[in-house]
Amino acid sequence: MKTDVLVIGGGPAGMNAAIEAARAGASVILVERQAHLGGQLVKQTHKFFGWAEKGAGTRGIQLAEEWARAVEEHKNITVLLSSEAIGLYDDGAWMIEQEGKLIPVYPKKIIIAVGAQEKTLPIENADIPGVYGAGAIQTMMHVYGVLPGEKYLIVGAGNIGVILAYQLAQAGAEVKAVVDVLPKLGGAYWVHVTKIRRMGIPLYMKHTVIEIKGDQWVESATIAEIDEKFQPIPGTEKELDVDTIAISIGLSPLTDLMYQAGVELIWIPELGGLVPVHSENMRTTKPNIYVAGDASGIEEATTAALEGKIAGAVAAKDLGLTVNDSDIEEWKNELGQLRDAPLLEKLRHGLHKLHEAAKERGLQ
Amino acid sequence: MLPIDGIPTTEDILAKAPPAERMKKGAVAMIECWQEIPCNPCVVSCPTGAITMESLTAIPQIDFDKCIGCALCVAACPGLAILLVDSSKEDGDRVSIPYEFPLPEVGETVDCLNHEGKVICEGVIEKVVHLPAVNKKDKTPIVTIKVPKGYALQVRFFKRR
Amino acid sequence: MKRIENHPILTFKRGKKIKFYFEGKEMWGYEGDTIASALVANGVKVFRESIKLHRPRGFYCAIGNCSSCLMTVDGVPNIRTCITPLKEGMHIERIKGKGALHYED
Repeated sequence: MKTDVLVIGGGPAGMNAAIEAARAGASVILVERQAHLGGQLVKQTHKFFGWAEKGAGTRGIQLAEEWARAVEEHKNITVLLSSEAIGLYDDGAWMIEQEGKLIPVYPKKIIIAVGAQEKTLPIENADIPGVYGAGAIQTMMHVYGVLPGEKYLIVGAGNIGVILAYQLAQAGAEVKAVVDVLPKLGGAYWVHVTKIRRMGIPLYMKHTVIEIKGDQWVESATIAEIDEKFQPIPGTEKELDVDTIAISIGLSPLTDLMYQAGVELIWIPELGGLVPVHSENMRTTKPNIYVAGDASGIEEATTAALEGKIAGAVAAKDLGLTVNDSDIEEWKNELGQLRDAPLLEKLRHGLHKLHEAAKERGLQ
Repeated sequence: MLPIDGIPTTEDILAKAPPAERMKKGAVAMIECWQEIPCNPCVVSCPTGAITMESLTAIPQIDFDKCIGCALCVAACPGLAILLVDSSKEDGDRVSIPYEFPLPEVGETVDCLNHEGKVICEGVIEKVVHLPAVNKKDKTPIVTIKVPKGYALQVRFFKRR
Repeated sequence: MKRIENHPILTFKRGKKIKFYFEGKEMWGYEGDTIASALVANGVKVFRESIKLHRPRGFYCAIGNCSSCLMTVDGVPNIRTCITPLKEGMHIERIKGKGALHYED
């Protein structure tokens, strides 16, 4: 198959990239691994922050539906569901696997918006059933309506951890505790934390899980307070009667495809680890390859959508199509305002490193 | 403390509270928004212009005298950080909170929780209304609880029995 | 391990009931389930065992990234059950070892 633009990933970044590239007149193939569009928005039941005029207050699940409809209705966009981009071949084919079939796609431009993966907890027994990624529990609970356990410990009190605690309570599960190694709240918005505190969900800061008991699956977890060197303090152990442990200690961008395609990656811990070097126009070090969303550095869905719009429009522009430069400037301006919150200082530090690296390489 | 464990101090709460005189006149919004978050639905939802912000990330300011206690901001706030407080009635204070859980019955007796999640008093469900969110895409249930006099600044959630 | 029936925000529109088999045992799921979600709803926690140390594994990421939930589906090993839709009459089995393909000449 030939196409102007291949978008890999059907989340907020990929959907918006496809919409903007198609709007400029490009032919677009959008590849999504799941049987449905939406990415991780399909499990975000909370209302989003941002501009009321631009959809703030809308739940992630509603945003997913709106964008998916816009993608499906656009005549320039072909959507391949249950399809996975497995790699770039020497003749320029991006190989797509769809339910056992291999489909080579020859695109002029590629936008990689494949998202991120959840980090795992490096302690003994953290591999047994009952220890799940926080996002995985959200998926089971909100996409398929299944609760994987009854009594939960949540490890990591960032936004995902505290939002999950609230959502588990909404679904009728019991959250025994949320723990975090930091002495005070780090990345979580305080309003998300106050929501669970006033319900009486215990939050233990400066605590970690030190033991997971269970032979075939989780039967209990022991938490303990830690000292400044992150070592457990003897005598502070508490054994919790839980059957499920949710891990929400951070995300890392999915960079496999970029790496295979020769995109230069750089280590920026503030953005989640290895990230593709890219400009504010979302161009990478590899001509014709663009990135957007969490795959380009961990943030959240609103910024992912804006990055997607920029990547889609810039790719179309690089194809010689007419796009409105003032739109691109406006999206950059919105990104700047969203990233301006005092809480996001670490993120801004990471983005600064990234932009310096892009500048050194002359990326526009 | 808020930055440590998400529990506001008495000073934090008093800094957000409407003046006692205003609460005696009837329901008024109290905005427990602690952080500069890029977010503005409360400003847009307010029909009287009582809520203002200098920039998208600023903390919203409210003119309590302009507030008519309509609760549209309560339904609009994505952080569920706004509620109504009312000490105009003799038989008890009223607290109206956004509530995204299986709804209680009017007249139901419930245990009232404070910012720490501790049960501090008994309350009675007085009213459940559904107000449109600012985007009008869905409605947020707002539950009014009758609580003992003097508890309006403390009760923030309830547990069904 | 249960289906959520009443949720304050979401309504689950479940499709028709689907019969499938896990390790030969009859189980039921719904159209719209993945293999993994149907197994979890049926109380299955152990999806396979690890290759070297034979430790029990369940799902982990539920979005097709991590390979923790690989199983044998209708004789084909290493299927990511968390992103594979459940179909009527599927035979789902735990993989022992790496799984083998049996090609016929």
